[in-house]
Amino acid sequence: MQERGTIHVYESEHETTSTGLPNVKLAIWLFLASDVLLFGALITSYVVYRGRSVVGPYPSDVFDIPFTSVSSFVLLASSLTMVLALAATQRGDMGRARLWLLATALLGMAFVGGQVYEFTTFYEEGLGLTTNVFATTFYVLTGFHGTHVTVGILMLLTLFTLSFTGRIGQKDAMSVEMVGLYWHFVDIVWIVIFTIVYLIPTGP
Amino acid sequence: MEPTETMQPSEHEVRTTAPHHGRWARHPSPKEYVRIAIVLALITAAEVAVYYIDWIHENDLLIPLLFLFALIKFSLVVLWFMHLRFDSRTYARFFVMGIAGALTLYVAVLLMFRTFAS
Repeated sequence: MQERGTIHVYESEHETTSTGLPNVKLAIWLFLASDVLLFGALITSYVVYRGRSVVGPYPSDVFDIPFTSVSSFVLLASSLTMVLALAATQRGDMGRARLWLLATALLGMAFVGGQVYEFTTFYEEGLGLTTNVFATTFYVLTGFHGTHVTVGILMLLTLFTLSFTGRIGQKDAMSVEMVGLYWHFVDIVWIVIFTIVYLIPTGP
Repeated sequence: MEPTETMQPSEHEVRTTAPHHGRWARHPSPKEYVRIAIVLALITAAEVAVYYIDWIHENDLLIPLLFLFALIKFSLVVLWFMHLRFDSRTYARFFVMGIAGALTLYVAVLLMFRTFAS
């Protein structure tokens, strides 16, 4: 029975697998599960050392919550454009799919640009990578996340380029969905980072 | 029966250019995606708003509220945008396995560093 608000979409060429599920989709979920562990370790390190810096600058000295909030909105918006790109690909509307893929990549670039600006500002305020334990855990955690976003942008631009050559079309919707899963994953990691690192106040 | 299966769409929403063979899945419609995105934006706005309300800080409500908001946002993205609500439960099991591992690691390290004691 069709649930309200849902549609049937073309996912991929039929393939016979022992699980009955596409191997590539199983693989990306397994990869994401392993990446959860990576970010779990980095977030744990940040939490363990929070408030233990003996020299400044401290988080409250450098964080600019309004600026980071805008970055968070930008990344959330990119998740919407990503699912719209997938929906357009599944419909076979490659014109719209290209538009949404490019929009997602541009929003991703805006996010990474914001992160570069933030890192530069922090550095100019005296917060180097080895200044204190806050700096080290913060830069490593958010730097890894930014690297993930950058890899996602490269994958999006690859899909965008391939769509012009006819190598990405409706029959390849699974490829767009795989990149989408990765992109949404970096979004949910940012949801956690934004809460734990930026919004929950620490002492000095 | 697993939610994802090889099936043909019964509606007219898929263009006639779609191949007749292959795998079909149930996903949210674009309108549903936009609705979810609006809810996510509103929750993010609420997160930032509570950060600036002194009364919430004074009554120690900030951290529970922020965790609640983050949990709702996380769930909406995973269930709708990543389609776990509609796809096979096998994918969800993989993902939950990763989260369980990360949480176990988190608690073990916090205990090891005596974070709760301090």
